[in-house]
Amino acid sequence: MIKVLYFARLRESLGLAGEEMDLSPSVATVAGLMTLLAERGAPWQQEFDGCRPLRAAVNQTLVPNSEPIKDGDEVAFFPPVTGG
Amino acid sequence: MTVRIQREDFDAGAEIKRLRLGRPDTGAVASFIGQVRDLNDGSNVSSMTLEHYPGMTEKALAAIVEQAKQRWDIFDALVIHRVGTLQPTEQIVLVVVSGAHRGEAFAACEFIMDYLKTEAPFWKKEQTAEGERWVESRSSDEQARARWTDKQ
Repeated sequence: MIKVLYFARLRESLGLAGEEMDLSPSVATVAGLMTLLAERGAPWQQEFDGCRPLRAAVNQTLVPNSEPIKDGDEVAFFPPVTGG
Repeated sequence: MTVRIQREDFDAGAEIKRLRLGRPDTGAVASFIGQVRDLNDGSNVSSMTLEHYPGMTEKALAAIVEQAKQRWDIFDALVIHRVGTLQPTEQIVLVVVSGAHRGEAFAACEFIMDYLKTEAPFWKKEQTAEGERWVESRSSDEQARARWTDKQ
């Protein structure tokens, strides 16, 4: 199982703050998970097809999309940050 | 080194005084306050809501402060960032850095803000007369952060 969290614009457009899912054997990286999520159709496709600016964190650290994912990880997706 | 995420307002004067008096060999205290503007991208802003990623926010800010401490000889640093709904002219963020001399305190304070703007997981949503909108990130913020790695 992995925990997936969605923040800000994503949380609103997906209508979901987070979920737990079994880690599919086909998913090895953040990019792989994005491809899987995009296959859910609208609005997931629009958020995860790479056209909108998106950042990812694994276990609460910002990572590139090539970052590996393993069972038990907490993965988060969100727009570029705008604090301060 | 202190990082606080809170809904309530902060007293910048009291925080600055605490760092100033924290060590008697302190010779400089630099600080930055960010506040909510009533205008952004041509629209009047009636209020702003700040969302964050509890857990990661504290870790990200602590890592930024630690980087500043590694890079400059500073004595102490404080970051307070507010979340929730704020009105124009309310304070959003406070950064205070103390050290022996002004150069390092100024630089570390600016470094912390530049990294906070681009790496700490906060998101602003503005309420305007035309409705709500998520604030978009600015490339000028990325450029400001890149300065610290481009020229060493």
